[in-house]
Amino acid sequence: MLLEVKNLRTEFKLKRGTVRAVDDISFTIDKGEILAIVGESGSGKSVTSLSIMGLLQKPGRIAGGEISFKSQDLNKMSQKELQKIRGNQISMIFQEPMTSLNPVWRIKDQIMENIMTHMKISKKEALARTIEMLDTVGIPSPAERANDYPHQMSGGMRQRVMTAMALSCEPELLIADEPTTALDVTIQAQILELLYQMREKFHMAVLLITHDLGVVSEAADRVIVMYCGKIVEEADVKSLFSQPLHPYTVGLLQSIPQIDDESDQRLYMIKGMVPNPLNMPPGCYFSDRCDSCMERCTQEMPELQEINGHKVRCFLYDKAKEGELSAK
Amino acid sequence: MLKYIFKRILMLIPVLIGVSIIVFLIMRVFSPDPAPIVLGQHATQTAVEVWRQANGLNDPIFLQYYHFITGALTGDLGTSFYTKMPVLKEIFSRFPATIELAVVAIMLASIFGILIGVVSAVKKNSIFDNAGMLLALVGVSMPIFWLGILLIIFFSGTLHWLPSSGRINPMLQPGSVTGFYLIDSLIAGNMDAFGDALRHLVLPASALAMYSMAIIARMTRSSMLETLQQDYIRTARAKGVSEGRVIRKHALRNGLIPIVTVIGLQLGSLLGGAVLTETVFSWPGIGSYTVACILKSDFPVVQGVVLLIAFVFVLVNLLVDVIYAFLDPRIKYSKKEG
Amino acid sequence: MVKDVSSNSDENLIQAAEYVEKPESQLKEMWETLKQNKAAVVGLFIIALLALIALAVWGSELLGKQILPYDPNYSDMTKSFIWPNAEHWFGTDQLGRDMLSRILDGTKISLFVGVAAVAISLSIGVMLGAIAGYRGGKTDAFIMRVMDVMLSIPSILLAIAFMAALGKGLDKAVIAIGLVSIPEYARIVRGSILSVKENDYVQAAKVIGNKDSRIIFKHILPNIISLIVVRATLGISTAVLDTAALGFLGLGVQPPYAEWGDMLGRARGFIFTAPYTLIFPGIAITIIVLAFNLLGDGLRDALDPKSRIK
Repeated sequence: MLLEVKNLRTEFKLKRGTVRAVDDISFTIDKGEILAIVGESGSGKSVTSLSIMGLLQKPGRIAGGEISFKSQDLNKMSQKELQKIRGNQISMIFQEPMTSLNPVWRIKDQIMENIMTHMKISKKEALARTIEMLDTVGIPSPAERANDYPHQMSGGMRQRVMTAMALSCEPELLIADEPTTALDVTIQAQILELLYQMREKFHMAVLLITHDLGVVSEAADRVIVMYCGKIVEEADVKSLFSQPLHPYTVGLLQSIPQIDDESDQRLYMIKGMVPNPLNMPPGCYFSDRCDSCMERCTQEMPELQEINGHKVRCFLYDKAKEGELSAK
Repeated sequence: MLKYIFKRILMLIPVLIGVSIIVFLIMRVFSPDPAPIVLGQHATQTAVEVWRQANGLNDPIFLQYYHFITGALTGDLGTSFYTKMPVLKEIFSRFPATIELAVVAIMLASIFGILIGVVSAVKKNSIFDNAGMLLALVGVSMPIFWLGILLIIFFSGTLHWLPSSGRINPMLQPGSVTGFYLIDSLIAGNMDAFGDALRHLVLPASALAMYSMAIIARMTRSSMLETLQQDYIRTARAKGVSEGRVIRKHALRNGLIPIVTVIGLQLGSLLGGAVLTETVFSWPGIGSYTVACILKSDFPVVQGVVLLIAFVFVLVNLLVDVIYAFLDPRIKYSKKEG
Repeated sequence: MVKDVSSNSDENLIQAAEYVEKPESQLKEMWETLKQNKAAVVGLFIIALLALIALAVWGSELLGKQILPYDPNYSDMTKSFIWPNAEHWFGTDQLGRDMLSRILDGTKISLFVGVAAVAISLSIGVMLGAIAGYRGGKTDAFIMRVMDVMLSIPSILLAIAFMAALGKGLDKAVIAIGLVSIPEYARIVRGSILSVKENDYVQAAKVIGNKDSRIIFKHILPNIISLIVVRATLGISTAVLDTAALGFLGLGVQPPYAEWGDMLGRARGFIFTAPYTLIFPGIAITIIVLAFNLLGDGLRDALDPKSRIK
């Protein structure tokens, strides 16, 4: 087991109250695995990744839980100790390739900084490695492009640069936070393909944060679905897509347009909207938008329970109904 | 780049012509007749006429302007009504004093302003931040000349530490090479003169610097706060770069780009502030001289000084834009017209 | 509230939650946020207090009554240079006039000049900026070049030159100070108009056939009014400082009026013998300028949606 997150809670203290952006979540990532966390904006998926990296900014803070990476608790580490891990054993690429690179630094300097922060090698060697990495991520004539400034590159190219930078110290875990969201569809596929290749090449685990189930189905091994800071469903990719359990997951899947869908049915939409984080519905957070909402759902929060290796947080699958499910 | 600079220099010309027209209008069209002021209340009608004729004041206004502008192009700004000396000579005998004061002041303002601004941003809402911003607030709210007075009362009057007026002890005055006493005394190897000139500079430069320092501190703080929120700062942190390096190498490098413009603009306001500071500290520069000349209706001198100050101001702004381009690789002047 | 799928930042939602509903008008919204800003409230309170003093002094003057401790202009040479004591809290000046009474009396001049000068630069500046921004082309180029020229002369020097031309006096100081800050307003208004002009609702108003002046006043100005309010508030502090500077140089308000800058200028010769005569008027100027700066900063923060969330 490479990373184990246990009962993580992350809060934002605001004037009007405390928002629990990540609410008691637990999951693990194995070596070489691609785990996707899916959810709408506000579901807590990005805050989860920032919590792991120790990059939360005020007023956010980790209120409890453990984040153990190779059996060390990252949550208990000082910033100094974390700095040795960040960019080295765990690195991250972000959603916005346009703004995530420093506009006044040449890209080679930005990648070299990552390398030289963690490796004791000369500038010359770092530059050679930088160019090699740029080549690896598929940037043509890397030696020349290394001298470019970010604004001289396209979005897709910049995301490749970000990837080269993140992989430059051969991390064991790469956190990719919506790596394709800001890119054109054709470029999205290329970047996903790149991530896949890099996983194979460097044998690293990937935590893929996304709101796009299409991306998940293409890239991930296992999926976690988050809603309002809670994990509502967790399964391997195949069973999630073939047999989604949680009404929210079902809704998400139904709202993806299918090209081969020949019926005239209108595209499904989950009714309502994400509740105000300061004013959550009592009981299940999804109850006010759920088509299968029962009275009990509005009163208590269901537990995450495991049914044949498939985890779900919903009263529809309460222990009593276990037999029914396997019959389905 | 050179092409851009050249183009910008060409664009200075209409601005300078505009400045000359405005000053000319104010001084020659709207101002009262200078003759009684220059010659005294009891000058005879004929004496006034002779004087007006001699100074070209009886010419049609357009002809007067034509004479002025053609003279200016050849470096002749006319002669003072009072001293009968060429205006250019009058100006240049006093200009170094003002430049010396302004340069020291802008250096003080930039160093302390940026320092306070950066620390306040990094330690946002700390005691230092609150104290720094309170100081900055008071700094922009205090009249420059009053601050000068306070400094004199305290450091010259009460403590007797520093001189309250003048540029240097006349006994120590170094030979004039550049006109900047700090430099001249160093050239002459006269450390006593250097120290004395420095002692004379401390109070007026501090008074003059305060306002600009406050502005620079506030702008630096807000620029740094914004920069620290940027995605690339998060990227740098995600690389495992230490927080100190993130601030010095990533945030400062970006956050200070707009500050260059602020500093450039402040130099303009410093030249204005010099008018007051020089008056308070009897600093023999161009500011106090100009006030005196405006009040005495010494037209040629006023025109010359204002033109020169405007020239310095636009030149500094040009310089700022050029520095800006070096600091920010995103700016390409070939596509942009000023 | 908009669901923003493209953003991965969960903070967005948190921010949206912080800022629940949008009040109808910009000004009302500003006011709501302003009330939360302690510094701005302090500024507003000081301004209200000073305005009250100014009104009381001015009103009692009209009624021929004396509410100040002493007649601010009554000079008694036998009582000159009395250091601050129980009778004369701030002491007396070189002519034996009570400093406290003169400083209180001076409030009305500083406030008046500040507000009146801003009114001049505001009205002319907004008009020029609106014309330049809305018309564009050669009109724009001409107006803005003139503004550039004015900006390239230090404003205090320009004000002094205006004073030399206009002559000394309160009314002239107001005009001179008002004239020199026209470019600032013109620039702000022009810039905002250029950005607002392309908005759909302005285009729509144009298509319907509204007159230009109507579009400017009904559709564009209301949208930039808060920006102008901020600038004007901060402008008052600049105007007060400029008034004091002109007074200090002996160009501003003439005797017998008590004006703080003028008081400082005339007391300069006694800097070592009677420093208190130079301290109190300066404090008065600093307080009034500080108050308008506090309010202006508060207004600016209230206007800035980013700072509303922090």
